Amino acid sequence: MKAKVYVTLKQGVLDPQGKAIQHSVGLLGYDGIADVRQGKYFEIALDGALDEAGARATAERMAREVLSNPVIEDYRVEITEA
Amino acid sequence: MKFGVIVFPGSNCDHDAYHVISKHVGQPVNFIWHRETDLGDYDAVIIPGGFSYGDYLRAGALARFSPVMSAVKEFAARGGFVLGICNGFQILCESGLLPGALIRNRELHFICKHVYVRVESADTPFTNELERGRALHLPIAHAEGNYVCDDETLRELQGEDRIVFRYCDERGELSEEANSNGSRDYIAGICNRERNVLGLMPHPERACEDLLGSSDGRDIFRSLASTLAAV
Repeated sequence: MKAKVYVTLKQGVLDPQGKAIQHSVGLLGYDGIADVRQGKYFEIALDGALDEAGARATAERMAREVLSNPVIEDYRVEITEA
Repeated sequence: MKFGVIVFPGSNCDHDAYHVISKHVGQPVNFIWHRETDLGDYDAVIIPGGFSYGDYLRAGALARFSPVMSAVKEFAARGGFVLGICNGFQILCESGLLPGALIRNRELHFICKHVYVRVESADTPFTNELERGRALHLPIAHAEGNYVCDDETLRELQGEDRIVFRYCDERGELSEEANSNGSRDYIAGICNRERNVLGLMPHPERACEDLLGSSDGRDIFRSLASTLAAV
């Protein structure tokens, strides 16, 4: 099993990197881009000792305690077979 | 009195801090490796600038899990003085010893220049020899110095006189232009509720000799020394 963790800045926290990307794609001629937010993505391979609920609980705890900073970031966890 | 300077893999202002304490404050000082677990006989510890653990994940995020930071938390809880400079400030925020977080500078660039910060509170062990309102000339060198916090935290910091330094111009006036990293409410440094833990982005340890462009930083270390002398 694999845990996929997405960490994104909370709404309302300024994302200067996202803004710079939005500005650049605008200069390149991409139309219709309203906003760009940059985040982080983690793939965590699990060794099979945990069932899906255990894997989710472990990944959620890692996301909360280590991978994100709750002051500025939100996270989302997905558990997949491979 | 005994000072300690914590050294993480990637710290790079540790020798500057050591130099200032030994030469300008004239007190005993030791380096403390990040694997240490006991800060038993120290009176004050400095968490220096640099790129602890390469700033991987987020600036200061991994240093928080090192053995010495558990010791720093205990040390702070029993009233020990903790000064976090630049990366040290980021580590203190990540550790929860100070509120808020430091995110990417508003204009994205790494900023390395001398700026002015205004002393907003002289009521801390680190600023009691400074006058409120004085503009200190100190260098900054960071990419993630943009201080953010929620509204409630900001009100607490303001109401409890815990904003210790704000970015200003040379006349001591606050302005968006002087606030080059985009920090909320121009914040350059804050302290905890008990006032024994201070974090700031500018580098006072790099501004203790006229040869280096400013010696304004000395008064911060002297304040701390006189606090310790009076304890």
